[in-house]
Amino acid sequence: MSSNNRPLSPHLDVYSLPLSALISIVHRGTGAFLSIGSIVLVWWLMALAGGEEAFMSAQSFMGSFFGRLILFGWSFALFFHLANGIRHLIWDAGYGFEKEAVEKSSLIVIGAAGFLTFFVWVIAFSFGIGA
Amino acid sequence: MSLKSPLGQAKGLGSAKDGLHHWWAQRVTAIALIPLTIWFAFKVAILSMSDYQTVLESIGSPWSAALIVSLVVAAFYHAALGMQVIFEDYISHKAARIIAIMSTNLLMFLLGAAAVIAVVRIALGG
Repeated sequence: MSSNNRPLSPHLDVYSLPLSALISIVHRGTGAFLSIGSIVLVWWLMALAGGEEAFMSAQSFMGSFFGRLILFGWSFALFFHLANGIRHLIWDAGYGFEKEAVEKSSLIVIGAAGFLTFFVWVIAFSFGIGA
Repeated sequence: MSLKSPLGQAKGLGSAKDGLHHWWAQRVTAIALIPLTIWFAFKVAILSMSDYQTVLESIGSPWSAALIVSLVVAAFYHAALGMQVIFEDYISHKAARIIAIMSTNLLMFLLGAAAVIAVVRIALGG
């Protein structure tokens, strides 16, 4: 019995994840990361409420290399989750399900997240030089 | 014509147990968070190198404080809803799943309450 032309399940170990699937799991990952990262926001607000000394030590940590690294990852995760979240809302409204539309919106999400991250850091540094 | 059984119709619950409310609340908070997070991210970027007094006045001004409290409530509610879905998908052991969801809900409430208290204190100049 010939089995040459039978359809096969994807070979999972050689199956390359489509971009839309990769973005889907990253959306979840960034969501979990932001949930944990929200501790940084609470800490910053608490330090500001706690007085000048507490605030300055929080600021000096945020300004350190390690602090900036965390904030950079945090800001990219935020803007990625934001951009892809808007895509999800558009899907919820019933638009953009065609394959071409999904491929295009995947690229828009990555571009928008990258641009907003870049833009917010440019602003942070330009105000830093001015101050 | 409904495909639901009479008992299912009477109880009004699907396999997810509480149906639409979770999904809807996640969307409502998501929409609220679009302008709030963009505004806050750029506000913090502008304030990043400012001194203590400037940041205190900016964050504590009435509209800023009101928007940050709104942001914090929406964000922690949204986070709790999202983490719940992740736990429901990946933790198959029922007791472990319930414990994970419940402790995340409690932690998100605590963090949200702490952030609100901080903002109120900043705004009122305690």
